[in-house]
This record gives sequence, structure tokens and C-alpha cells, in this order.
Amino acid sequence: MAENMVTIYVMGKPYEVPGDLTIMKAMEYAGYRFVRGCGCRGAFCGACGTVFRLKDDYRLRVGLACQEVVQDGMYLAEIPFFPGNKANYDIETLKPTAEAILSLYPEVFRCLACNTCTKACPQDIEVMEYIQAALRGDIAKAADLSFDCLLCGLCASRCPAEIVQYQVALLCRRLYSRHIAPEAPHLRDRLKEIADGTFNEEMGKLTEMKQEDLAELYDNRDMEPR
Amino acid sequence: MYTPELLELIKKVEATRDKRLDEKFPLLSADDKQELLEGFHPDYKDEVFRTLSVGPSKGERTPVEYADIFEAYSALDPDTFDISKVDHEVDVLVVGGGGAGAAAALVAQEQGANVLLVTKLRLGDSNTVMAQGGIQGADKPNDSPAIHYLDVLGGGHYKNDPALASALVMDAPEVIAWLEKLGVMFDKESDGTMVTIHGGGTSRKRMHAARDYTGGEIMKTLKDEFLNRDIPLVEYAAVYELLTDGDRVTGAVLYNMETQEYLVVRAKTTIIATGGGGRLHVLGFPTSNHYGATGDGLVLGYRVGAPLKYLNTIQYHPTGAAYPEQILGLLVTEKVRSIGGQITNLEGNRFVYELETRDVEAAAIIRECSGRGLGVVTPSGQPAVWLDTVVIETKLGEGAVKARVPAMYRQYERFGIDMAKHPILIYPTQHYQNGGLEINESCETPVKGLYAAGEVAGGIHGTNRLMGNSLLDVVVFGRRAGEAAAAAAAGTKSGGKLSLEHLKSFHAELEAAGIERAGASPMLLPEYRRPETVTKKIELLA
Repeated sequence: MAENMVTIYVMGKPYEVPGDLTIMKAMEYAGYRFVRGCGCRGAFCGACGTVFRLKDDYRLRVGLACQEVVQDGMYLAEIPFFPGNKANYDIETLKPTAEAILSLYPEVFRCLACNTCTKACPQDIEVMEYIQAALRGDIAKAADLSFDCLLCGLCASRCPAEIVQYQVALLCRRLYSRHIAPEAPHLRDRLKEIADGTFNEEMGKLTEMKQEDLAELYDNRDMEPR
Repeated sequence: MYTPELLELIKKVEATRDKRLDEKFPLLSADDKQELLEGFHPDYKDEVFRTLSVGPSKGERTPVEYADIFEAYSALDPDTFDISKVDHEVDVLVVGGGGAGAAAALVAQEQGANVLLVTKLRLGDSNTVMAQGGIQGADKPNDSPAIHYLDVLGGGHYKNDPALASALVMDAPEVIAWLEKLGVMFDKESDGTMVTIHGGGTSRKRMHAARDYTGGEIMKTLKDEFLNRDIPLVEYAAVYELLTDGDRVTGAVLYNMETQEYLVVRAKTTIIATGGGGRLHVLGFPTSNHYGATGDGLVLGYRVGAPLKYLNTIQYHPTGAAYPEQILGLLVTEKVRSIGGQITNLEGNRFVYELETRDVEAAAIIRECSGRGLGVVTPSGQPAVWLDTVVIETKLGEGAVKARVPAMYRQYERFGIDMAKHPILIYPTQHYQNGGLEINESCETPVKGLYAAGEVAGGIHGTNRLMGNSLLDVVVFGRRAGEAAAAAAAGTKSGGKLSLEHLKSFHAELEAAGIERAGASPMLLPEYRRPETVTKKIELLA
């Protein structure tokens, strides 16, 4: 391990760590014990958004500490929380329109189309594109483009217009799913059957059944082709 | 990035791909499954377990790492700890901010209860957010709750509590409809028909998905709804101990993870929804679980007298990442196999049908590596087998991998591996605790005033859970717990007496059993600093 040690700067302070670790594991190696800034450790929760620079490079880069591998000279800070605005709303009565979004998040109007948000996304989402789609009232597109968002907040932390992109994205996905995508028709049929007690007798039998009879049924059940 | 040695080995997988394309691999017979499990599944090895010498499940076995958290002292001294000042008075206290806790809080609030949700990390930080593959629900015409029930029971080796398994499958369509109405972006056809696929051990295609961020999308939606309703929430606040009036649970001691201050909550009813214990690392296995999965709720419940059910069975997910080292143990969703991915050994040959139940699938992989010597060994010495993802592209067309499992694709792309062009290396990882606190179909534990929902509860899945039934479980039983706890709170007088008498008794039991004081339980967070750091640590800022 010793041959591949690198120096990273955690909030400005140098630590020598093995070069094949992620930022998160490198910080633990250095002696940090996370309370904030660590969640699923697998790029699903957005708790560990990190901003960093590389040696002799002015450019600010972003990543998730649980995924990004350290590099020699990496100069980093986790941003485990961003104090973004969150509007409250009733999803039932809200309409899937640009007006609804702009009434809750009027700052979306201020989008400069600078694309800084997109560059700040560790998930490679076209953030500016979905904000522009939301602005046009194309909720379906905003929902689709933003789908992989982890709510890490790095986009909002870099936005000169102070837009909270991830909240707009979540609102668009809920609006799309509640009011634009058609309800599943087969689900309504099944709910009616359950309410009518269609399965009660069969379920009653199964829950009383002895193990060997259940096993007989299970081992011979027909399988829908893969 | 694959090493040249691994790229050389990949050629063997490529060489057999055409032959495998239309190959039908048979399901194992019941006898073959049993033999495989007994030979290679960790649940069947005596050295994994220890018999508990204290508490309501004294005499039963749990994995050693779990026994360690039950047979340990609290950091609180019940003789001197001051609980006289009450900081919060609520109807329903929900402990845990994952899918079960959020669902419970939403429903309890709808019933008119004054709810407080506390979580030791952030609302949403949970295994729920990591569940990728899907959520089961028998809502297609060729399916029924009865067919779903049979899959659940067979998968669970018929050890499931019939009432709990029945509740799971019968509530499923309503739960899917509830989530749909809340605005979860399920994969759908243009007419609204849910896109559903198989999972391991399913006899019908009933796995609903939101791409491969299913749990994430559900959790984000529940969290957003929770925040919209202004339900009281305290984040970074772990419950360290429950409080009782000698008969029923009446509150809890909260620990502020950041300021180290404690707070006292008085509650008419309490729901434990703290999830599982992957971070206990049974047998040193890597885990797919969230940072906070340290089994705290099990300890809280156990100390006030709630017995355990099936905590002697752990689910090892068959396909944890084995390479590269940086993502060791992280999940490769079962959906990769559902949509056609094939598992092969070193020689490029399949050795097990890809959608056997998880325990059987995991045991087959362990056997291939340690029993038959046909596994691959990674540069860090980790045994592994191949999961051929390229075959998905051959079957479903170019771009299918990225479109159907984007989170997986991205995870590997970050490390220079294109899983549409190269197979990936996998090995079982500690994924789920099949058992937990005993509950009934209203989520009541045998202790008055105490409810449990989600992974912390046991009995629903018998001794092996199927894919897609845990997301279902957290919402079904979270909702049931919320409803039952709110109803019970409505019939309970306020001002319940608060005491730590139960902890005195528990400590006395530990002493009588000759258990020494070492460390403290619950664990709250795993320790990943180096031993060199931990042993040199001093605390001077008193």
C-alpha cells in the first residue's frame, strides 16, 4: 500500500492516504468519523456531495465522496447540506403547468442559462435543460431529464440565480406522475376485486394450509416466461 | 478499469456467449436446493451463531455480531440518569427516517395524531433509498395476491407468519396505488399500464420499478410529502433508550448526534422503524447497507422485553460488487438478472439459473468459488464470479443496459468499466436481516405501546426474503404501524410515567450472566477509522 500514497487536503489540511481509496474511505483512513456527509456510501442518497480542485488547476470540480477516487494534490471540502428553499404544496390540487412551478419557485424565472448547474452535477444530469423545460411548462421532459437526481444540492450551491434545481425537479416528477402519466387501469381493477372480497376464500385456505400442501403447490406452480 | 489479467479472463466469457444466448438453464429441485444451502449458506453454519444468555429471547441463537449488541450494557446509568425534564410530549413517536418511518408518520398524522419523527441521520437516509430493483404487487390480470402469497411462502421456506405474509400481499395493490397517487414515477406504458418484470423466486412478472432508482424515487416522494405536511422532525437525533412506566413504553431518550445533548420524549405510542444491521458485518462480509444500519432498534426493543423472531437468518445478496475494490459490497441490482444478465464461472459456463431465490443463488456462487474452485480471484484476493451484462445488449438491443439500469451503468462507468461491453465481477454481500422484533399484523410487539415496522421486524419473509418484497414491506407495515399506533394513542391518557426501570433489570441480568462491561450498545454508527487512530484517540474537550 505504501508505494501508492498520495496527499490530499481536507478543508485545506494535508493527509497522506492510499491512492486507490474513495474520498470517503480516505477521510476515514485519515481519522475522520462521519456524522454528516456520509449516507448510503453507494451513490443513492446525496449526503456526500464534494467540491474539489486538482493540483495546479483553477477549475472547481464536483463528485460524491463515496464514489470519487482521491488524486495526489486533491484539495477538497464536503458540502453535506445546502440551505435551499423548499416550497410546501398540495400535490392533489396543484396543476402540472409552468405557472404552478413559477408560483412556488419564482426564482426559476431568473435562470441565466449559464449551465453552471449542469457542470456541478455529480450525476451528469442536464440540469439546465430540465430547468428550461420546467420554465416552458414541459413537465414531462423535466421529470424525465431529472430522474437520476440524488438531491445532493451541488447544483443549487453554484447557481448564480439562487434556484433550487433539485426541488424543482422533484416537484416536476411528482406532478408528472400524479397528473400527466395515466393511472394504471389494471390496478383499479385489482383494487375493486380486493374490495369485493374476490380473494378472501382462497387466501383463507392458503393461510391455514399445512407446509407439505403449500410445498406441493409451490413446487408445481406455473411460471410466467422470463 | 480492468487489469490485463482480468481482460484475458473475460475472453472466456465472450467465447461462450453465443452458446448461452438461447440456453435454458433448469431450476434446482427442492432436494438439490436444500443440499446446496446446507453445504454453503452461512445461515447453516454453527460457528456463525451464539446463543443469547439474557433477555426475552434467551436461549435462541443469533449471529455472533448481533449477539454482541444484545449482550451489552447501555452507556446510560439508570440509577443516576436524569429524565425528569420532558422536552417533547407527543401522541406517536416514530423512530427512524426510512420508508417505514416516513409512511408510518404520514398515516398517523392523517389519523389526527400529533407525531414526532426522529432519525439519527437525515430523513430518507436508509436502505429504502438504496433499493434499486423494484416493488412487488400482484396487480396484473394473470396474477393474484394468492399467487404472490405462494411465492412469498416458498421463498421464505414456509417459515413466514401466515397473517403477516397475507397482509403483505393483500395490501400490495393498495400500496402501489397510494404511491402512484403521491406521484412516484413508476415505469409505465403509454396507456398507464405498469411495466413489470420478474425477480428471483417470482412466478409472475410483478416487479414494479422506477428505472433502477425505485427505492430512491419512493423515498424522495415520501420525504417531500412529509415535509409538505410540516410534520415535526428531528434529524441527527438517535433514540438511545426507550422509557417505560413499568408496563408499557411511554417515551424515549434522544441523543443529539452533533451537540451530544440528550432530550426526553414522552409518547403515548412508539414505532420502531430503524431498519437492519448490515453494518454489523456478520462473518466480516461486506455489506450493501446504509451507513446507519447498525441494528439500534433491535436493541431498544429487546431491552424493554420485545422478543426476536428469525434473527438467526441473514440474507446475503448474491450479486454484490467484487471489483473494483472501491465499490466492494455495493449492490448490483437483481434487475440486471431479471432483464437477462447471466452468471458464469471462470470458464464462462453458467452454473445456476439466474432467478433462483437469493439464498440459493448466493450459496451456488459461494460453492462455485470455494467448493469447486471455478471462481475468479480479483487483484485484492476477493473471490468472484462473472455477471455477463453484455448478453443483455445482445438480447434487448444496443443501449439496453444504460437505459434499463442507469444507476448500475453509471456506478461502473465511474471506474472505467463499460458493463455494456464487458461483464462484471460479483460475490454475495450482507444485504438484509430476514428476522427481527416479533410483531402481529397491526405491527404491535408483545410490549404494550411499542410497534415495529420494516426491516427491524421479523416473521414476514420467513427465513428468506424475495426481491421487491422489502420496499413493499416497509410501506405496507409502515402504514399499518402508523394507523395502529395513532388509534392506540387516541385511547391512551397523556402524562405516562417515565422510567428506566427496565434498564436496571436488564443490566442486572447481564451482570448475573457474567457479561463484562465492554463498549456500549446501541452502536449508532460503525467504526471505520483505522485501529491505529482509534487507540491513540484522547478526549480532552470535556
